[in-house]
Amino acid sequence: MRFAVVQFGGSNCDRDTHHVLSDVCGVETDLVWYKDGLLRSYDAVVLPGGFSYGDYLRAGAIAARTPIMAELIRHAKSGGLVLGICNGAQIGSEAGLVPGTFTLNAYPKFISRHVHLRVENTTSPFTALYREGEVIRVPIAHAEGRYVAPDEVLARLNREGRVAFRFCDEHGNTTPESNPNGSAENITGVLSEAGNVLAMMPHPERASEPVLGSEDGVKIFNSMIAYIEEHGRRRPTQ
Amino acid sequence: MKYDVTITIGLKEGMLNPEARAIQHALANLGFPTEDLSTARLYRITLDAADAAAARAEAGQMCERLLANPVIHHYTIEVE
Repeated sequence: MRFAVVQFGGSNCDRDTHHVLSDVCGVETDLVWYKDGLLRSYDAVVLPGGFSYGDYLRAGAIAARTPIMAELIRHAKSGGLVLGICNGAQIGSEAGLVPGTFTLNAYPKFISRHVHLRVENTTSPFTALYREGEVIRVPIAHAEGRYVAPDEVLARLNREGRVAFRFCDEHGNTTPESNPNGSAENITGVLSEAGNVLAMMPHPERASEPVLGSEDGVKIFNSMIAYIEEHGRRRPTQ
Repeated sequence: MKYDVTITIGLKEGMLNPEARAIQHALANLGFPTEDLSTARLYRITLDAADAAAARAEAGQMCERLLANPVIHHYTIEVE
């Protein structure tokens, strides 16, 4: 099993994510410079957080149009797992891997703090180790993280169980007060149609070791590993 | 033929525009109350095309493929 973490110019959570995958989760992980492309087959590819291309145009918009993304889309279409974290989520939505977009926070400033998330889906390759409705504590750090999608897309995401996480209070209530950036229906983790791509604004790699004050995020990486161990690289056709 | 193309990209009607709201608030602080305020991004592009229609089509592709995000944006194109 082998993971890749893609580094764009301006990525800054690439090494943190690599550290958690290799040293905490114990999975072989390559750091891949975007210009080198995906030189081999990977079981999972992570698009890490950061500020690719200085967030010019729109966060993630320019990285989403680099040649490596065509390879990443092929990887996703063949059933490979893709996890986009923060800037990686923005890149993933800009590349059309998940519907909707992440745009400027309702109160237009950078927010960096721990938040609570309610786990909405426990059948995806990213969330299978959580309990349904489990409340986890993970940090966010973004200015452009407000999830926006047309009503019909939101209805479809709900119907198909493709909302992975919602912002909530410590008791799991999805209130306006617990929605730090004004995301539609408190959504901050979205799954692709086939379920093998997850785009999320919170940073699970920053909540994966006791020293960081929360280990709630590591189950995402461990869910991916368990899924690959069980199913192999390719997701069964739905 | 060279054409000067102006592309204006703004948020779709009804989309929350936190930047515009903040600017409106700052203007009010300076004594300029406003009823409404929106922002847009303007691109001036010079390009070669067979005719004005081709230049417009090219600009449309630029918007669809990079400059605008269809989830939140609309755009207008002027060709001179």
